[in-house]
Amino acid sequence: MRFMMIVIPRGYESAAPDAMPNPEAVAKMQEYNMALQKAGILLALDGLFPPSTGARVSYANGKATVTDGPFAEAKEVIGGYWIVQVHSREEAIEWAKRAPMSNNEIIEVRRIFEMGDFSEDVQKAAEGYEELPHGAGSKA
Amino acid sequence: MSDVDRTIEAVWKIESTRLIAAIARVTRDIGIAEELAQDAMVAALERWPEEGIPENPAAWLMTAAKRRAIDSLRRGQMLVQKHEEIARELQIQQRKLGEAMDRALDQVIDDDVLRLIFTACHPVLPVEGCVALTLRVIGGLTTAEIARAFLVPEKTMGQRIFRAKKTLSEAHVPFETPRGDDLRGRVKSVLSVVYLIFNEGYTATAGEEWMRAALCDEALRIERMLAQLLPGDSEVHALLALMELNASRAGARRGRNGEAILLPDQDRSLWNDAQIQRGMTSLEQAQRLGGGGQPYALQAAIAACHMLARTAEETDWERIVLLYDALLQINPSPIVALNRAVAVGMAQGPAAGLDAVNALTTPAADSALAGCHLLYSVRGDLLMKMGRFREAREEIQYAMAMTQNFREQELLTKRLKQMEKAAPTT
Repeated sequence: MRFMMIVIPRGYESAAPDAMPNPEAVAKMQEYNMALQKAGILLALDGLFPPSTGARVSYANGKATVTDGPFAEAKEVIGGYWIVQVHSREEAIEWAKRAPMSNNEIIEVRRIFEMGDFSEDVQKAAEGYEELPHGAGSKA
Repeated sequence: MSDVDRTIEAVWKIESTRLIAAIARVTRDIGIAEELAQDAMVAALERWPEEGIPENPAAWLMTAAKRRAIDSLRRGQMLVQKHEEIARELQIQQRKLGEAMDRALDQVIDDDVLRLIFTACHPVLPVEGCVALTLRVIGGLTTAEIARAFLVPEKTMGQRIFRAKKTLSEAHVPFETPRGDDLRGRVKSVLSVVYLIFNEGYTATAGEEWMRAALCDEALRIERMLAQLLPGDSEVHALLALMELNASRAGARRGRNGEAILLPDQDRSLWNDAQIQRGMTSLEQAQRLGGGGQPYALQAAIAACHMLARTAEETDWERIVLLYDALLQINPSPIVALNRAVAVGMAQGPAAGLDAVNALTTPAADSALAGCHLLYSVRGDLLMKMGRFREAREEIQYAMAMTQNFREQELLTKRLKQMEKAAPTT
């Protein structure tokens, strides 16, 4: 089963647009990423620019409204994620416990839906999009 | 199972390989190393529910394993002789062993894990022994889990693992990474074991169990580990590519009632795009390393031709024929030749395909295929496309009599029904 481990870094909600992680933290994180990779469980990972560079598109009354970051009301924002393939929820949690995080930081562990997890009518609704551009953008 | 038990199981899945590898560096025997690691695990099951999960579970397990190693050394020595001098010697040995194990844990080096993989897949073992031992010491699977995956009683699987460990020990197989000329062949052994595990999950040879996703996932995980441990080896990346590309179709290979759906009929929106991308990246890596012409890479390139086509009709069959030609050059197997004939049928029409199939069954080329149901189902399929229904029907009925796989029989029955619709027999 696949899990997303979502990083919620402290203070990232108000980080400056050009904020860069410090090299020491990056080195530690890289070591951790290597451990995930060497265990053969890492499927994907990414880090995100601060929310101050982002935007929120919110919907009300059938209308989309755009708000530029930073988002004053947000207490917790996402800083990045890993996607890992493991045997159980507990295993994902054990890996999250090994991450080099600072005080008050959070990793949220969430299972990723596989097609078989959906009910039959949802699976049916997802069928038949033959025209989606599979493999488009691939170099080979 | 309690929460703590589940957590301990998770810790075991994460730590067991490196733990066994580190201990084996000291004991030089993976059977003993695995038993010591198991004992440590049993201790954890006894203690952690009361004491809580330790801050550093790996270190805890290693310390427990060390204590047991020293105990067994003491027991062994004491049996031999009770003598003061021996006792002093024993103390020295115990200290040395303790220090060696401390060092081993301080730096579980990747080479330990690599040695463990090479040893578990050693050519001195029968292949089913390699598979079982690899799943056990690299996969962290229990004997019961492995037995279930291979549809054999747990006791049988336990004996298989026991015999494998005994064989390694009796043959004095060194716990080391092969070097020089030896390395190439040993990598091939490892890859064939991993691919076998994958295929066991991907295509069951008989019975109901069509897909055993857990085995596929485990093979993929081990192969990703290998790609990290042997980053310069093109064949490792090529096999990873092949398995990722094949596994990416897993969600589309079964209908709602478990029936098999062949590649041209699959709903391509159910293919896993992220996995296809990973497969393509690994294939490019293999090609960059100069391994594009090796068997796994060619097979992965063929899979890529399918995965990159947006519809079955857009498949580049000409290119697939060329790739099969290249594959046949280095791996002249009848099954590869049969697959090539199918591709020829798609690229140049069923008549050309039929010629290619018939060329395989001339007395001169004769024929490991004679006993293979695929030969007849392929020929039946081509004849059907040519409108030669009577002959097609015979071939397919022949194929049905030859396969035990329920799902394949289902497919063939469907084919017969299609023909009945197109050209009723009565």
